[in-house]
Amino acid sequence: MTTLTAAWDWLTDPAHWPGENGITHRLVQHLVLTAVCLVVSCLIALPVALVLGHLGRGGALAVNLSNIGRAVPTFAVLVLLLLTPVGRWGEGPTVVALVLFAVPPLLTNAYVGMREVDRGVVQAARGMGMTGRQMLFRVELPLALPLVMNGVRIAAVQLVATATIAALAGGGGLGRIITAGFNLASTPQVVAGAVLVAALALVVEGLFELAERLSPRWARGAA
Amino acid sequence: MTAPPDDCLARNEWICGEYLSTRREILLDAVLQHLELTALSVLVALAVALPLAVLARRRRWAAGPVLAVTTILYTIPSLAMFSLLLPVYGLSASLVVAGLVLYSLTLLVRNILAGLRAVPEEIRQAARGMGYGPVRLLLTVELPLAVPAAMAGLRIATVSAVSLLTVGAIVGFGGLGNLIYSGMNTYFKAQVLTASVLCVLIAVAADLLLLGAQRLMTPWTRAARG
Repeated sequence: MTTLTAAWDWLTDPAHWPGENGITHRLVQHLVLTAVCLVVSCLIALPVALVLGHLGRGGALAVNLSNIGRAVPTFAVLVLLLLTPVGRWGEGPTVVALVLFAVPPLLTNAYVGMREVDRGVVQAARGMGMTGRQMLFRVELPLALPLVMNGVRIAAVQLVATATIAALAGGGGLGRIITAGFNLASTPQVVAGAVLVAALALVVEGLFELAERLSPRWARGAA
Repeated sequence: MTAPPDDCLARNEWICGEYLSTRREILLDAVLQHLELTALSVLVALAVALPLAVLARRRRWAAGPVLAVTTILYTIPSLAMFSLLLPVYGLSASLVVAGLVLYSLTLLVRNILAGLRAVPEEIRQAARGMGYGPVRLLLTVELPLAVPAAMAGLRIATVSAVSLLTVGAIVGFGGLGNLIYSGMNTYFKAQVLTASVLCVLIAVAADLLLLGAQRLMTPWTRAARG
């Protein structure tokens, strides 16, 4: 309990918030990094998954991709990229490693969502003379949206969590508070950093939950 | 003065046979630590998850809290998890194992519970009709039928644990992650690549091993799949 009190004292000490290594700067870095990676991953994964799901092709690849992705440690990818020419682009290696990490689950969830759309509904749309594009955007996508968004939510939370690892390779973000704590052998600082990251991950999860509750009924799926 | 040897180590190449032959001991130690810590974490997680899942199945009131707590644990990042446990365990292997156990719990509890819930009510009724008590029903009917779902969770948990263990390098108990971490600080390309590839190989091998074990444990599912 004394460690928790010490961690709380560390967090509430106004000296630890401003500046280059301050909590505010690290928090902003973490949020920007996560947001950039999430947007890039969605831009890569979702169009591919929607088209593959619409065509009903490449299912084995889309489903197995997330299993393969899980087996590759993000930390290893990050370090490998750091030692290649990509390593000279500042935050480049972190962004690439995190995008590679987030794309497989996004792709799998969106693909599965597209395939779970009732085939009868799709047939009916075809019977009404809809073109492929109309079926994709007016029928399949709206019906698949809850599962697609669930994939985005999982990816977002995992990105917030995994962006911490960037600090191990000298990147920015809240992980730096933890690694700096380890280097200073300051357990309160390590615990304070961990609490911040965990809280941020839970807040992001909560925000997605809230967004889902506030969204119109058709976007919520089974509920 | 002798000239430095002009081999792939001196040139710092990605793929280096010299590295494999000269650092065999270090690699072997790292692989063994990796296997040991992963296996220990997954086994402990399984030992904790099984009773929790059974409790959540048998007692309706327990299901909500059990799932909520394990889900929150899953959301906590691995590096943060190791850090939060630091005051409890100090810089030790137990710290990494405890972190991975907490992380694997969600996957295992969810999957075992899903497997138990998927056992058809008729089958449970039939077993009760044949005079099976609650313990025998659980051990000889419900658990075997839940094996496929539980094994799916176990495979995901194991592969994730193999990959997440590398982060344990921050406290010096990361198996192959230690080599990746030190290789990063010294720009040692061959070491980073070799350790990363070994890590993926371990994950794939563990996955296939568990898949094989599942086939052996549930011969009845093979006939159905054709």
